[in-house]
Amino acid sequence: MNSLRKLGTKLSQVAALPFLSFLLAFFISGILIAVSDSRVLKLAGHPWQMIKMAGTVIGNAYLALFQGSIFDINLTHGHSFFQGFYPLSETIVTATPLILTGLSVALAFQSGLFNIGAQGQFVFGAIGASYIGFHYSLPPVLHLLISLAGGALLASIWGGFVGLLKAKTGAHEVIVTIMMNYIAGYFILWILKTKAFLRPGRIDPMAPEVGTNARLPHLAGADLRIHAGIFVALLAALFVWWLLTRTTMGFKFRSVGANASAAKTAGISIAYVTTATMALCGALAGLGGAVHVLGSEYAMTADIAGSFGFDAITVALLGRAKPVGTVFAALLFGALRTGGRTMQSNTETPLDIVLVIQALIVLFIAAPALVRYVFRIKNLKTSASITSKGWNG
Amino acid sequence: MSTSKILKSATRKRQERILIVITLLSLASLAKFGFASNTHLKTTFGFVLGREWVWVHEWSVTSAHGSFIFSILALLGCGLGYWMLRSGKKLGLSSALVSFGLLMSFVCWAAADKFIPFTGLLQGALLLAIPLIFGSMSGLLCERSGVINIAIEGQLLAGAFVSGVVASLTHQAGLGLLVAPLAGALISLLLAIFAIKFSVDQVILGFVLNVFVIGLTDFLYKKLLIPYQATWNTGPTFSNIQIPILGKLPIIGPVLFDQTIIVYLMYAFVAIITFALFKTKWGLRTRAVGEHPTAADSVGIDVNKLRFRNVLLAGVVAGVGGAYFTVGSVGSFGKEMTAGAGFIALAALIFGKWSPMGALAAALLFGFADKLQQTLSIIGVAIPSEFMLMVPYIATIIAVSGLVGRVRAPAADGVAYSRGGSH
Repeated sequence: MNSLRKLGTKLSQVAALPFLSFLLAFFISGILIAVSDSRVLKLAGHPWQMIKMAGTVIGNAYLALFQGSIFDINLTHGHSFFQGFYPLSETIVTATPLILTGLSVALAFQSGLFNIGAQGQFVFGAIGASYIGFHYSLPPVLHLLISLAGGALLASIWGGFVGLLKAKTGAHEVIVTIMMNYIAGYFILWILKTKAFLRPGRIDPMAPEVGTNARLPHLAGADLRIHAGIFVALLAALFVWWLLTRTTMGFKFRSVGANASAAKTAGISIAYVTTATMALCGALAGLGGAVHVLGSEYAMTADIAGSFGFDAITVALLGRAKPVGTVFAALLFGALRTGGRTMQSNTETPLDIVLVIQALIVLFIAAPALVRYVFRIKNLKTSASITSKGWNG
Repeated sequence: MSTSKILKSATRKRQERILIVITLLSLASLAKFGFASNTHLKTTFGFVLGREWVWVHEWSVTSAHGSFIFSILALLGCGLGYWMLRSGKKLGLSSALVSFGLLMSFVCWAAADKFIPFTGLLQGALLLAIPLIFGSMSGLLCERSGVINIAIEGQLLAGAFVSGVVASLTHQAGLGLLVAPLAGALISLLLAIFAIKFSVDQVILGFVLNVFVIGLTDFLYKKLLIPYQATWNTGPTFSNIQIPILGKLPIIGPVLFDQTIIVYLMYAFVAIITFALFKTKWGLRTRAVGEHPTAADSVGIDVNKLRFRNVLLAGVVAGVGGAYFTVGSVGSFGKEMTAGAGFIALAALIFGKWSPMGALAAALLFGFADKLQQTLSIIGVAIPSEFMLMVPYIATIIAVSGLVGRVRAPAADGVAYSRGGSH
């Protein structure tokens, strides 16, 4: 009982800042939704009615956001009750690659590196998995495993290069990864036009569909898109947790992340940690790309990466660079993304408000002093903030 | 050996390495473009756009001969470089000559049997470079005073959005240009408050601000600018002002002196920033705060106040750059219309070694690469445009990794300052 209470206290301490930031972000975004709505603006002369209308508009938007991401009672009419969870399945499909890219960024933070390159790593994971998936035909299970591994390996080379470059020349990983994202973006545009990736007889830049043996199986029948990729993502989270807390390598990672010069004095090779971390980050984000292709898209297109690699940064920041936190943050942002689409079609509130919400949440989490001030809470628990050390650090 | 001597010899070694690399490049260019180009087909360069005095209409040269001539020019540039290194001079002129020679050699090879509007190419390159130049000047003002600015993209986008909307609502391009700096400064204000007052990590902050501005402008674009396009998003644009005499000169006239007011503002900004950074008290203090804030503090400079002001100023500069996208070119605002220009501007700043002239040259080079890629794909040269588009990014990676000449950021760039020291 006592330990349960302890757990409760700890949870409330850890979750307080994200929760309050969340509240604040939704409040500000709600105001934005209301003041840009023509029905609200028309009532400018009648303050009371205007506030009521604003409440309705915001309420409808956020209700649609929920219906579109978790459960929609309307979907159960004429179907099984189960079908009402179609949105939740979609949320998990979106969250799956986000967990993996989020872990990639989180792991880098733990070693004191800022991996902005998850986007490019995702692209190479997708390219590797897609090529093995459609070009070869192998027996079941084996084909899937090799496709996943191929994507992860290709992306790990792409990511590891950044680490190696930093270790050998001191080139800052933020600058290099930003540039490499663009290079990856143009690279996929180019490769989709090459003979190896064009569908026979077609000229549109879209790779052939991966073979059935290479696909991740659906988990809840053909009607719901949820696929086994979520297990890959959760296993990866477990792996990162194990690596960081139970292995020597993870200890080295965290030592360098906490204090690079102290770690160096203790005999840890910074070059090794930097390269290994970035290669692992690449593999994680690349696995995200592979899972996305093999689980839900099947055919690779030029915008396969969407914004998974960029959202990963907000995901990792919201998850405080911890594996468990990252999983929850990815589920939350996956829900926002998925629900945002329903909100856009049902209430004419553009999907892009989700970006604003995301940015605000992370901004508030990064500045606990502001949240403390807004809610007049003096002893808001904040764990050590994630900081990179400038271009020369 | 004293430290300065060691540093000097290290610099010299690097410069020697650069020279070896570019000499090899020039020789490769001679072999590939000069000796292997088509010997029958001609490459034609056009020099006249219409409003300037006519000097030469066009110049035709056999593809192989053109490539050969320009590769030799690049090699001469290398020779000049060796001589300049011997006599201890800076390599600016030499590297300009080499890049020009290599690029032209490439163009002669690629555009066999084609017409290249040379003046138009340069004019387009300058136009593409404008937001990059404003953006990199914004980055420069922040980073020289020790605040990393990754939010250039957001500042440009905010400037573009606000200037487009205001110009559309008031039917005044001038008013649009007037409010754009305020929009940029608003983003800067957020950057300054969170980075300086709350000591939030500046890379994270810049990233989040970009997401915020992209989300906000996309949201408002869909909610207001599309449904009420006639009133909200049909802005006027500036027309070109031809400067008397200078604007009539062949080639440089239409490129440099027959442009909109935003281009002339760009000249003024670059000149003022360069002068102020190196010749005024403000500039000395800014550089001191960026390199060694503790020392600056000990002689009575208010580090955080100066940083705060410079970050705001940077927003003003980037805001004007943002106005180029709307009132400076097409008039109406488009979703995410800056399309990564802020990050290329960041690349230009880094490639230009955090110096105004370097950033200007890098931005012009990146603008030229982009325009060249557009021109070649329009006239139907079969070179994958994707690889041309990668040029700025690859160049930046090469620059930061020190393969050719090491670049170094201001020492305190990105480190929050508090008296007594936080680390």
